[in-house]
Amino acid sequence: YLSNVHCGWFQMGRLTVQNMNVLSFTCVFTLSSSPYDLLIITFVLVDWLLCNNRVEFTQLAADYKAVNLGQGFPDFSPPKFVQDAFCEAVRGGPQMQQYTRAFGHPHLVKSLAKFFSRIVGHEIDPFEDILVSVGAYQALFCAFQALVDEGDEVIIVEPFFDCYQPMVKMAGGTPVYIPLRPVSRAEGNSVLSSGDWVLCAEELASKFTPRTKAIVINTPNNPLGKVYKTEELQMIADLCIKHDVLCISDEVYEWLTYDGAKHVKIASLPGMWERTITISSAGKSFSATGWKVGWAISSGHIIKHLKTIHQNSVYHCATAAQEAVAHGFDREYEVFGSPQSYFQQLPAMLQHKRKKLAMCLDSVGLKPIMPEGGYFMVADISSLKVDLKDESSKDESYDFRFVKWLTKEKGLATIPVSAFYSPEHSKDFDKFIRFCFVKEDATLDAAADILRKWSSTK
Amino acid sequence: MASRHTHSKRIEGLDKNVWVAFTSVAADPTIVNLGQGFPDIPPPSYVKEALVKATSVDKLNQYTRGFGHPSLVKALSQVYGKVYGRTIDPFKEILVTVGGYGSLFSTMQGLVEVGDEVIIVEPFFDCYVPMVRMAGATPVLIPLRLKPGKKTGTSADWYLDPEELSSKFNSKTKAIIINTPNNPIGKIFTRDELQMIADLCIKHDTLCFSDEVYEWLIYRGHQHIKIATLPGMWDRTITIGSAGKTFSVTGWKLGWSIGPEHLVKHLQTVMQNTLYTCPTPLQEAVAQGLMRNYELMGQPECYFSSLAEELEVKRDRMASILQEAGMSPVIPEGGYFMLVDVTSLNQDLSHMGEDEAYDYKFVKWMIKEKKLAAIPVTAFVGDESKKEFEKYIRLCFIKQDSTLDAAEAILKNWRRV
Repeated sequence: YLSNVHCGWFQMGRLTVQNMNVLSFTCVFTLSSSPYDLLIITFVLVDWLLCNNRVEFTQLAADYKAVNLGQGFPDFSPPKFVQDAFCEAVRGGPQMQQYTRAFGHPHLVKSLAKFFSRIVGHEIDPFEDILVSVGAYQALFCAFQALVDEGDEVIIVEPFFDCYQPMVKMAGGTPVYIPLRPVSRAEGNSVLSSGDWVLCAEELASKFTPRTKAIVINTPNNPLGKVYKTEELQMIADLCIKHDVLCISDEVYEWLTYDGAKHVKIASLPGMWERTITISSAGKSFSATGWKVGWAISSGHIIKHLKTIHQNSVYHCATAAQEAVAHGFDREYEVFGSPQSYFQQLPAMLQHKRKKLAMCLDSVGLKPIMPEGGYFMVADISSLKVDLKDESSKDESYDFRFVKWLTKEKGLATIPVSAFYSPEHSKDFDKFIRFCFVKEDATLDAAADILRKWSSTK
Repeated sequence: MASRHTHSKRIEGLDKNVWVAFTSVAADPTIVNLGQGFPDIPPPSYVKEALVKATSVDKLNQYTRGFGHPSLVKALSQVYGKVYGRTIDPFKEILVTVGGYGSLFSTMQGLVEVGDEVIIVEPFFDCYVPMVRMAGATPVLIPLRLKPGKKTGTSADWYLDPEELSSKFNSKTKAIIINTPNNPIGKIFTRDELQMIADLCIKHDTLCFSDEVYEWLIYRGHQHIKIATLPGMWDRTITIGSAGKTFSVTGWKLGWSIGPEHLVKHLQTVMQNTLYTCPTPLQEAVAQGLMRNYELMGQPECYFSSLAEELEVKRDRMASILQEAGMSPVIPEGGYFMLVDVTSLNQDLSHMGEDEAYDYKFVKWMIKEKKLAAIPVTAFVGDESKKEFEKYIRLCFIKQDSTLDAAEAILKNWRRV
């Protein structure tokens, strides 16, 4: 959400305003309403939508030929073994070009079941406990549509990947937000870490009501990079069990943890397998975001409902891509934990890039919050004194204005972090911007050049 | 352990469908599968090679534009601009989706409201009804009827009764869904029929969702007409197409919706909130396939027409095999399915219990006893029309010769126990 929003009150009906997402910055709701109630629906208007110069941040980056650390995807290729697997699949038998099993290509679901059973510590049934989807995005959609009803509340931890909110609303649910908050640090310890951002136990407990259907967590988190520790997940699990609530756990960055941080699956905690939907992504696991292969894993009694949404929305996913991902997981199963594993090599490569970016940001007074995991690094811009000049944007939130200024004046594209917050809280978090460091060294070097030049002019 | 939580209301009663029931059965390799509608003939090799090439380009393995990969929407705009005889804006008037199925879903979710009515012509591709219901609307069914005095010889014998159709429209009608060429009958709606539908849409200010995934599979003597090209219809029609059906690559799951910006933008909204973007390398490969054939349009090498020629031979062969076995095929004007009337076989299925329609029982019996799979046609109609269609089964003939040979062998031996 953009922070300078107006609230208007409108009568019920299906209103469609453009969708909000960080890549294109157009704002949308689709609100459904009961035919039997006259509902007054909160309708959030983004004032820049009404302005003549509505700006897409991606377009802005392109217009100014900015070095783009905004978009969240690699600018390098997937590992050769999966690319080769894709080519082999395409060149394979005629059935590779035709429909496969709707809920997941048999080879893929078997490979996933084998791979993840070992990690979750639970025997996963490939045909009952897994649904393959068009990216993790569609798995999230199936989960919300299958499980969230009109009037249900869904707790969303902020900052959140922006699609959770419109998806909850599209399912007729009410988002209930709880922000991660930075704890104050001990004196002399100046390195900020995503691990310093935590959920306050009482505040979290207070968000659970009799109407709470689910809580959505994302670990490692986009944009902050927080990797939830076992104790933190246990606190959430305890509340889920106490209130009989489902947990939707978005773990697309599960392999990307740094400095020895361990990714823990909340589904592996006692009592959680039967109430957790774990969502993952081949795109993020194999640096092939354009393949759009994802999956949801949960107990069969929950997956069957996601299957119903899936079979009534897209039904099948592309066969050859699934075959290629299956090969990828077969290989990773054999080399798991060893230096040949891509799931070891990728975080090792990114650890170095993360350090490089952090040093560059530090040099200009952009205070990075070291992410424990994920693709992104958030930097605190509050101590930078910059004249943002642009009069036309003066009603926008500070981070939005800063990002535009950084793109236009310095040729460096990023994403404003208040976009990942609810309207209620975005004003408290408008001094942060997000960088993606999953980029080739050449891109990071170009960014470093820009930052070096900037720091030399200060 | 059991949670007090159940599923959301929107999926109530939508969990079962004919594919869930039949596709796993037909996966048995000893069964000759003429059931589910996909080719076992290979797609053109240049399309496969285009995909292999695409995956070697770094950028093409990452996210592309959400509403459709630029080279694909531009290719679609070229091809369909020519077909429609109008300029189609690639960015505002086209949405790329996960198959024709995904287009249907985006259309229903984007344009149909709770409380609306949506008219559906029977027999219908079975997902229309659950999708309408999931959007909170009511399906209103109208069957294609056999022309009086006609034996079922061709799909052209089936028509929509004008008065009956007109009676289905009212102030709650949001849209009518048509499918031409039709699955399963293979009927191609004539210009007059489409005009009749168009007149009603205009009169009642209704939308039209036109599922035209089989648009290129038109047999000699027939012409596919796009209802969106009739006067007054562009602004109220969403037309759906499919790469899977166009290039014999159903496993690629790419389709598209074409229509006016003021409608397509809502489908784009749905896309943005459901899966965001379709796979990149697949879209690039389809774009190349389309552009190659765009250049060849009107020529015999163009796949859009050469596939239909290839299939017409198979259609005719299938029809004569069935006739020899004592069944009555309905020769389709388009598409790759054929309905077969099995009444004259007088197959006694009373031992199979009373609770299913005859065609379901027949297909199950045929799979078990004859090792030949088909699809029961009552899967494509509502309860009230079941009696009209329960003696028909659907066969898919986009199969290689060896498959048709195997089917022929079974059908030749039919009368032997």
